[in-house]
Amino acid sequence: MGNARDLGTSPDEVQFRFRDDEPVDHAAVTVDSCCDQTNATAVRIEPGDDARVLLPFLDRLALVEVNFPVFGDGRGYSSARILREAGYAGELRAVGAVLIDQLSHMRRCGFDSFAPDKRLDEEDAARAFATWENVYQRAADRRATIADKRHEA
Amino acid sequence: MKILTGNDLRSGAVTWWNGAGWSLFVDDAVDVGEEAEEILAREEAARRVNVPYAIEATIDAAGHVRPAHIKDRVRALGPTVRRDLAVPTADKTGWDWVI
Amino acid sequence: MYRYDSYDQAMVDARVEEFRDQARRRLEGKLTEDQFKPLRLMNGLYLQLHAYMLRVAIPYGTLDSRQMEMLADIAEKYDRGYGHFTTRQNIQYNWIKLEDCADALADLATVEMHAIQTSGNCIRNISSDHFAGAAADEVVDPRPYAELMRQWSSFHPEFTYLPRKFKIAVIASEKDRAAMRLHDIGVRIVKRDGEVGAQFYAGGGMGRTPMIAPLIRDFVPIDQFITYAEAALRVYNRYGRRDNKYKARIKILVHELGAAEYIRQVEEEFAHMLSVGVEPPREELARIAAHFADPAFVDGAKTLDRSDPDFALWVDRNTHRHKHDAYVSAVISLKPAGGIPGDATSEQMRIVARLAREYSFDELRVMHTQNLLLPHVRIADLHAVWTALDEAGLGAPNMDTIEDIIACPGLDYCSLANARSIPLAQRISERFAQTGRTEVVGELKLKISGCINACGHHHAGHIGILGVDKKGVENYQLSLGGSEAEDVSLAKITGPGFDEDGVIAAVEKVTDVYLAARSDGERFLDTYRRIGMEPFKEALYG
Repeated sequence: MGNARDLGTSPDEVQFRFRDDEPVDHAAVTVDSCCDQTNATAVRIEPGDDARVLLPFLDRLALVEVNFPVFGDGRGYSSARILREAGYAGELRAVGAVLIDQLSHMRRCGFDSFAPDKRLDEEDAARAFATWENVYQRAADRRATIADKRHEA
Repeated sequence: MKILTGNDLRSGAVTWWNGAGWSLFVDDAVDVGEEAEEILAREEAARRVNVPYAIEATIDAAGHVRPAHIKDRVRALGPTVRRDLAVPTADKTGWDWVI
Repeated sequence: MYRYDSYDQAMVDARVEEFRDQARRRLEGKLTEDQFKPLRLMNGLYLQLHAYMLRVAIPYGTLDSRQMEMLADIAEKYDRGYGHFTTRQNIQYNWIKLEDCADALADLATVEMHAIQTSGNCIRNISSDHFAGAAADEVVDPRPYAELMRQWSSFHPEFTYLPRKFKIAVIASEKDRAAMRLHDIGVRIVKRDGEVGAQFYAGGGMGRTPMIAPLIRDFVPIDQFITYAEAALRVYNRYGRRDNKYKARIKILVHELGAAEYIRQVEEEFAHMLSVGVEPPREELARIAAHFADPAFVDGAKTLDRSDPDFALWVDRNTHRHKHDAYVSAVISLKPAGGIPGDATSEQMRIVARLAREYSFDELRVMHTQNLLLPHVRIADLHAVWTALDEAGLGAPNMDTIEDIIACPGLDYCSLANARSIPLAQRISERFAQTGRTEVVGELKLKISGCINACGHHHAGHIGILGVDKKGVENYQLSLGGSEAEDVSLAKITGPGFDEDGVIAAVEKVTDVYLAARSDGERFLDTYRRIGMEPFKEALYG
């Protein structure tokens, strides 16, 4: 384990990735450290962190990991949307207790890579990502909503 | 005595550990003594029962098993307000002790 | 009423298949029970005392005869021939099998019904005024706004794993017939200078820490309605407590922050959300509202033949003033004396469906009082409706009386309960019906919960009863002075609890005190508020 990490996931732990750029390959820092260190490009958000403190640093961030220590703690969904609403365009990775049935909602909140603690069944995951052909709400994925489609000129 | 109960994973029906499998009838329940944890873990892992747990119970002279807690007594028989839907059992005295 | 288009239908169908797949993965062992539980709950499937229980959503309590007939079919095909109507205007089935559940949901989907978000830590089925679209006193029909919220809250990607469950009620009159301020968010649609907007209350609820929701915004322009709700939910999702499930509801957040600070945070988020642009296009509300246009009311008789005293009593008790003077709304009591509050058999559901088709423009409502309602009945047809209801055991003339008891399923069905609720309701309604005191006592709302979670709304009862476990024996605490209406208040406990016989005697005693002390026209609640707790305590414990 030459590249043992203090914090964060490595590219080979990522099971699903919806980006073409090269993944960041170095450790992430905590939100607190990120605000103190001017050179950090990868950061990890815990459920209790305020994602908005990162907004001044979005330009230099290439990877934001959002940790889900338990799948039932939904704060990470808000963190993800807040970053995307502020224009963050780098990789947004869901890590931790990421399960099949959370994938479609996470994707809608702006996550574009997934590093689950336990590898997921590929077939079940493919089905989960494709669950919703249409959606009711505007969200970070910027899909046209059902209401938008109903009233297209 | 210590007995085991849970619900059937597929149907949801209340079941009782009879020493070899899961029965719908509380009177089939057997004393599991020290083996409770081991049986619970094994049976739940095999999905032969859902959310099983161990409870205290007594057995009367006629061989009827009586769970100690009111909740499990209601589970053993059915809703007290719909006795027509009760678990079919030969124990006609059941309703006398459920509450 | 609202009809699905192909989009709505596809969403519900997709959810059925998603659930079918989740159940398959559970049965195959790919999901543990811990992982499956929140998924099945978000589709209304509980594991209760005797079996799985399925809660089916009836959005804002409105349904048609075809849907009611499907509910009857489901009860026969997958359950034991009956269903239980709940205080959130839903129906639940007590004996559903996990392996059948997806098939039942597929059947429901054929009539535009589902069980989406009827449980779980997400936004639940939106409730509303059961007289919506019929009441003489409403500003507008609140249901289009509730439907807009239903669509927004269905599968909301950010708000599916909230700290705790989230209940929203939408009303549109000064009178509150939906316990609006006892919800996580309560909305009152209002008009100001001809402009429609929404008044928002937040942080109400019952449960172990009952609270009345404070006003958080007096007027949200209607084209910012969803945006404001989104902001209120985001603040809760981020800052609601997750360390203790008993302190996780939004009422605790609003209480701990203080309403002013919660409002400040929501306003900040709201301003941000307005810039993001999450509001549905304006035309969407108009599209939905068109579905709720008035049916073709016709003028007709405004008076009726009151020569049959039983009929006259039922009319006085169970009908409600309609916005068209040739019509009334007629309450179908699911509270026969000695019966199980809220239960209806398949046969009864079909009779009610037929009456809706013949006499109420094919519309039915489920009331939060666990009764059903024919919203638009011609006064000229009332006698025929009453006759049919009476023959089916659905004609009890007891709306808002002490027989019209709200009771949760309690320890007869519920795995959370500490004591039974239904037998108390049965014995009390029977006792008052037999002694003829129901009429004498008049309006008296009695509500019974079998545990502290308060599904039976005991905090909001003029008389409330809470079942507790006292060293393995059922025990009941009595409380007085609650109201879920526009004069909302929380009931106070009288003192030490009683056993089953004791609490029934106690209910009679407090009604004795009321009858002796009341002045003209006073309801039980009014007398209690005037004379206070002491005379009641004296009678109970003195």
